[in-house]
Amino acid sequence: MENLKSLEKAINSELTTKILSSKIKHDQINILIEDNNLTDVMIFLKTHSSTKFRQLIDITAVDYPERDKRFKMVYLLLSHEKNSRIKIEFDIKEGEILSSLTSIFPSANWMEREVFDMYGVEFKDHPDLRRILTDYGFKGHPLRKDFPLTGHNEVRYSEEEKKVIYESVKLEQNYRNFDYESPWEGTKYIKDQTKE
Amino acid sequence: MGGNKIHKRSNKRIMAKEVKKLNLNFGPQHPAAHGVLRLILQLDGEVVEKADPHIGLLHRGTEKLIENKTYAQAVPYFDRLDYVAPMNQEHAFALAIEKILKINVPVRAQYIRVIFCEIGRILSHLLNVTTQAMDVGALTPTLWGFEERETLMGFYEQVSGSRLHANYFRAGGVHQDLPKGLDSEIAEFCEKFPKIIDDLETLLTDNRIFKQRNVDIGIVSKQDALDYSFSGVMLRGSGVPWDLRKSQPYDCYEQLEFKIPVGKNGDCYDRYLCRIEEMKESVNIINQCLTNLPNGPIKTNDGKISPPPKKEIKQSMEALIHHFKLFTEGYRVDEDEIYTAVEAPKGEFGVYLISDGSSKPYKCKIRAPGFSHLQAMDYLIKGHMLADVPAVLGSMDIVFGEVDR
Repeated sequence: MENLKSLEKAINSELTTKILSSKIKHDQINILIEDNNLTDVMIFLKTHSSTKFRQLIDITAVDYPERDKRFKMVYLLLSHEKNSRIKIEFDIKEGEILSSLTSIFPSANWMEREVFDMYGVEFKDHPDLRRILTDYGFKGHPLRKDFPLTGHNEVRYSEEEKKVIYESVKLEQNYRNFDYESPWEGTKYIKDQTKE
Repeated sequence: MGGNKIHKRSNKRIMAKEVKKLNLNFGPQHPAAHGVLRLILQLDGEVVEKADPHIGLLHRGTEKLIENKTYAQAVPYFDRLDYVAPMNQEHAFALAIEKILKINVPVRAQYIRVIFCEIGRILSHLLNVTTQAMDVGALTPTLWGFEERETLMGFYEQVSGSRLHANYFRAGGVHQDLPKGLDSEIAEFCEKFPKIIDDLETLLTDNRIFKQRNVDIGIVSKQDALDYSFSGVMLRGSGVPWDLRKSQPYDCYEQLEFKIPVGKNGDCYDRYLCRIEEMKESVNIINQCLTNLPNGPIKTNDGKISPPPKKEIKQSMEALIHHFKLFTEGYRVDEDEIYTAVEAPKGEFGVYLISDGSSKPYKCKIRAPGFSHLQAMDYLIKGHMLADVPAVLGSMDIVFGEVDR
């Protein structure tokens, strides 16, 4: 814990202007930055002797459709030398193009492709920004909150056409999302009614 | 591969003929692809110039599904990620919830979880080592290995009711206690198993063919292993002594003594040796857990999180309500976010969980070790022969359940 605090201090003093806020939670350092400082912050964290976060663990996004800056980008780094983890966050608007980290961490390649595939966030200077997990010719970004759980298309083998064909999803029963919230606290429709 | 291949280097005086590059589709239905991998290889003669893995053929949208399920309902999805070592994944998810809710896990539950995580490690390494041998031409190890896997999956069945998709770990402990006599059965297995590893080693470790196919193949340097986000055996094989069970211990790993085998050359053969040694260490860990296994509860007694025993439901109104609420609404998790990682057999398996105070996760990102390993396929295989593709792929220990999610 002491190490983490001194590490947080070191990062803060070196990157004063680039860090909006920082805190320690669950034995990890969380820092909030601005999106145009991403590359500088990453290069610093990877190379500086006091930090040495030499491994990129994951890149992901979080979708908050109701917010003006819709996506929260999350970068997780690990330092073997310091035995500590850091999380770098910033918010972006839909359609904003980020700089790619592939030149700093080669492993960012697929991680960024996944974010692009799942959330539709684009990266500039990415060598090969294709979809990765979804089907060839897939439309939409599945992990966005407005993408339906059951999807849009389904495939089956057609005996008539002698090939696999795409059709729009037909459900025998609609997907049911029950509201199990505690009745003592009032279900949502009652809450809405009492508000009016 | 066309008949007019004249290698440019073979004789300078002969005019080098223009050799057409061949694009080869490896998979998606190829036994050596370890699942549904479509690998597009660009070949110059028999030398691989470029490899482009196309993944996602087993994509089920696990992360999306988890967002729409309660925390308890999400656990089975973790079994289906790396389906050769299911409980190790459940562990990461359980730890994430426990850290947010600040639940103390009873000591007995911690030991049981570690026992089954190590069984998972043996399951995974047994499958990998033996199928890697099969990929390079040896059939016997697979048959021997699968017999042991059967015994281990029997333990899974005894404790959880199913051989593969256990759904056994819970936030706050495990689902139920070990059935009577299981601990002595596991102890008996631990006694016999080192002999089986030795048998496997007599077949493989000094085997001329096995060595020819694996030594100096797919070498990963220390620096590249870090740059490509390798973890687990892929990292240790290259000489980086890093194991989350030691460096960031969870559950009762701190109290256990075990060694971390580390490779020297970072090639396929070293990774094989690491896995063999890790299996021996796992047996050692299970033995320690069995001797120290304390008596006591196996899950937290907080009625808001773990369901009451059947007997109480019949008598106590409060228990009945808790039971009803837990299996309809599910328990709620305070607004928070956390990244937890465990040392799964294949490397660092992480769960990045965002909770919003309801009974369903707002987001659950799964960090699968195989994803970053497979990404390096192009870097690893460049300049190797076509026949080395299965050897490299085998030593990376890829399971598509976790890569595609």
